[in-house]
Amino acid sequence: MPQNADNILDHENLFRQPEYVELFENKKRDFEFGHPVDKVKEIVEWTKTKDYQEKNFARDSLTVNPAKACQPLGAVFVANGFARTLSFVHGSQGCVAYYRSHFSRHFKEPTSCVSSSMTEDAAVFGGLNNMVDGLANTHSLYKPDMIAVSTTCMAEVIGDDLNAFIKTAKEKGSVPMDYDVPFAHTPAFVGSHITGYDNALLGILKHFWDGKADTAPKLERVPNESINFIGGFDGFVVGNMPEIRRIFKTMGIEHTLLCDPSDNWNTPTDGTYRMYDGGTTKQQVAEALNAKATIVFQQFSAEKTAKLIAEHGQEVVALNHPMGVAGTDQFLMALSRISGKPIPAELELERGRLVDAIADSQAHLHGKKYALYGDPDLMLGLTQFLLELGAEPTHVLSTNGDDKWAAKVQALFDASPFGKNCKVYPKRDLWHMRSLLFTEPVDFLIGNTYGKYLERDTGTPLIRLVFPIFDRHHYHRMPIWGYEGAMRVLVMLLDEFFESLDANTIIPGKTDYSYDIIR
Amino acid sequence: MSLTMEETKARNKELIEEVLKAYPEKTAKKRAKHLNAFEEGKTDCNVKSNIKSVPGVMTIRGCAYAGSKGVVWGPIKDMIHISHGPVGCGQYSWAARRNYYIGTTGIDTFVTMQFTSDFQEKDIVFGGDKKLEKIIDEIQVLFPLNKGISVQSECPIGLIGDDIEAVSKKKAKEYVGKTIVPVRCEGFRGVSQSLGHHLANDAIRDWVFDKMDPEKNKFEGSPYDVAIIGDYNIGGDAWSSRILLEEMGLRVIAQWSGDGSIAELENTPKAKLNVLHCYRSMNYISRHMEEKYGVPWVEYNFFGPSKIAASLREIASHFDDKIKEGAERVIAKYQALTDAVIAKYRPRLEGKTVMLFVGGLRPRHVIGAYEDLGMNVVGTGYEFGHNDDYQRTTHYVKDGTLIYDDVTGFEFEKFVEKIQPDLVGSGIKEKYVFQKMGVPFRQMHSWDYSGPYHGYDGFGIFARDMDMAINSPVWSLTKAPWKKAA
Repeated sequence: MPQNADNILDHENLFRQPEYVELFENKKRDFEFGHPVDKVKEIVEWTKTKDYQEKNFARDSLTVNPAKACQPLGAVFVANGFARTLSFVHGSQGCVAYYRSHFSRHFKEPTSCVSSSMTEDAAVFGGLNNMVDGLANTHSLYKPDMIAVSTTCMAEVIGDDLNAFIKTAKEKGSVPMDYDVPFAHTPAFVGSHITGYDNALLGILKHFWDGKADTAPKLERVPNESINFIGGFDGFVVGNMPEIRRIFKTMGIEHTLLCDPSDNWNTPTDGTYRMYDGGTTKQQVAEALNAKATIVFQQFSAEKTAKLIAEHGQEVVALNHPMGVAGTDQFLMALSRISGKPIPAELELERGRLVDAIADSQAHLHGKKYALYGDPDLMLGLTQFLLELGAEPTHVLSTNGDDKWAAKVQALFDASPFGKNCKVYPKRDLWHMRSLLFTEPVDFLIGNTYGKYLERDTGTPLIRLVFPIFDRHHYHRMPIWGYEGAMRVLVMLLDEFFESLDANTIIPGKTDYSYDIIR
Repeated sequence: MSLTMEETKARNKELIEEVLKAYPEKTAKKRAKHLNAFEEGKTDCNVKSNIKSVPGVMTIRGCAYAGSKGVVWGPIKDMIHISHGPVGCGQYSWAARRNYYIGTTGIDTFVTMQFTSDFQEKDIVFGGDKKLEKIIDEIQVLFPLNKGISVQSECPIGLIGDDIEAVSKKKAKEYVGKTIVPVRCEGFRGVSQSLGHHLANDAIRDWVFDKMDPEKNKFEGSPYDVAIIGDYNIGGDAWSSRILLEEMGLRVIAQWSGDGSIAELENTPKAKLNVLHCYRSMNYISRHMEEKYGVPWVEYNFFGPSKIAASLREIASHFDDKIKEGAERVIAKYQALTDAVIAKYRPRLEGKTVMLFVGGLRPRHVIGAYEDLGMNVVGTGYEFGHNDDYQRTTHYVKDGTLIYDDVTGFEFEKFVEKIQPDLVGSGIKEKYVFQKMGVPFRQMHSWDYSGPYHGYDGFGIFARDMDMAINSPVWSLTKAPWKKAA
């Protein structure tokens, strides 16, 4: 009997006990009618070949293990970044259950979001009644300051018109006439979660700046010295936003973080559940129109939003997730130029300490090959940082990155001697990456939790720096932006290097001559 | 502190009144029908169920796709399940349900992979059938050892008029020996995951049973052949169940669907008895096999030693003395283990109260396991149970238990706030809400990444997990010491 009250075996050990091993063998032999072991082995080996890779890269219809999600996820992220705002997704309700679970698994926090729960009758007649009842229920039950509406693909396919629906709902008294219900159409079959981030943020800015869907006068821009900051879709937002706030404060710059979910996804356990915490207020959104400039930290996450802001007369500085030394330099110099304020000694000291740490450790990372995948801007930032460390970002892949993005990555490669043998892969998935890791192996993989399947299959150690991260805890609490964030990323890269080296030299009497105590 | 039965009932009635006040009138009327305090002697829980969720209230429910791909089809390991439509549905449900299996992933096994047709605007405008054909071709090239394909429809498929049945038929002819199954589980169908279970069951009936080759995968039958139906092997549940059935002398010829294979599905009509764990998600196919193939079925419950023993005897009653003796032998064999587990954990858990909200089975099925540990379930409800589930629930719950069907985020929060149970068992969306409130919590869908909880081996883990949740020192830290005095 495997189980014992004094030593309860968990699944990973329970099922290794002989009773279970025998059970598995019998089941397989007698009932599964699977393929012969040799055949399975043969295919395993074949999937590692160039021939397989060619066939794999030839597919144009099937997607296997993509590194992207759908638009409304980004919209829910955005809504969560505004004060006392409830995300309302118009369409099928199952989608909302998925967004909430997805974020909760990553942040280990509650994620509030409601659905208009459309079903078959709504598919036929449209979802107007769902919107009317839904807004009324949400408003009276959860008392938000604002309800941010987005759509699932169901509502998009049947062509529901959010602007008209919300107007009708207001006329029917679901919410007061002057109640703020910004909206965004977020079809899941266009773009990805970063497109949804863009559309949702655009919807909110348009609502407050451009006359609240023709129910209020458009705001007049009265320029001031403030700077807006838009972070883009970011799995490390809980750690990053406080770091950005600190940098602005240190530089003495008036600022507005447009969409800041870093408090909402970081509430204490003290006996009280806070459904809403922190976030950008409505007043801040309105006043953000007057800012001197807006920094868009992730260009591909806010393309339309950036355009709208520029059209309102602000300077827009669009960055590509700058990180590391030069990346952070670029960000700070942009802030300094716009604000006319010098970069303070305090930040310069942080920079010096980061460079110090890199100098101490660079030998371990120099020439190491990395494969990385994720959102387009994050890939640009990581590529830049890896090159700066003397590492080689050999395979840079993005499922939601297009050719325009690929050209930017290529430009980074071209600007560095370490980029010579590196290649960029737009619109590819993790099954493509699997082939690459077999045919052109690298030392390390940078990705999200799903990368662990690649680690298992190809033996490439995984560093988790990409959303979502479900199987490690609390990474999102630490920043990866700014000099402080770069320090954190540096340590993660080094940790994985040292862990791998130790694991590779740990056999007593065989390989442990290299199991060094000082590295 | 503890209330009398009458006080409990009055408190629960009051609580229901109170939460209903927060709704607009029309919604309050609707929600009132889903909430009740159970009265002993009644044959159901007197709540409405399996009807549409109210918009805008934060229902915990999912959709038909989740019920079909996520629950029924997804775990079938040697088939490839295409999430057909936009990328999201497959992405969010990717490997999240912990359906354990043995196999070489990506080669002859595909459970923890996300195959999607990643619909783009042009697929919506021009239809996705051509793309689906191409996808099936590409699968044959890159994953030649697949034993079949299921097409799991996402919302747009049914709205744009795609004919996935025609594509499936055509491709099944082209790829002889591969089972290809279209499933119309678009998320807008029905009111919850539940219709997805039903549609998935029907698809097995129509596209597996009705099309299978009886000469394929033959084996010698035995008088003791049974199939496990409705166990998704979460954290290995089906394995810690199977071992008991085999130890009592039965032969398990199939697992539906955790760690299951298409050959097992096809051979199930040869079983002498289908043993059904999750009634809600697989009663349909069990009834069908009874009608068409004459295979009787029996429900069982492998949570906690009391229910396990009763279930082993119930299952054995369908067989001869050899099996009946086998059941007694198994019960006796594990007696020492269960005694030791109870001796260790019951003193730490005695009298603790629990509130549950899970899917379609566990809101009743796990109650016995808690009671074996001396704990009381004081509130329970189903995400997607039907009236027959609430009828079955009456055999488990005590007088006065608070019942809440398709509970809303608001209601659940208020109920827990007022009742202050020692433990809440529900899902990931609820977990952190209650932990913030200082209430211990266990996820009762995924076993909070633990498990198995089924069978005797699982019960030890269950008991240990409930103890570590409730008696964790962290709960004494939630109030800062300088605030405690106040």
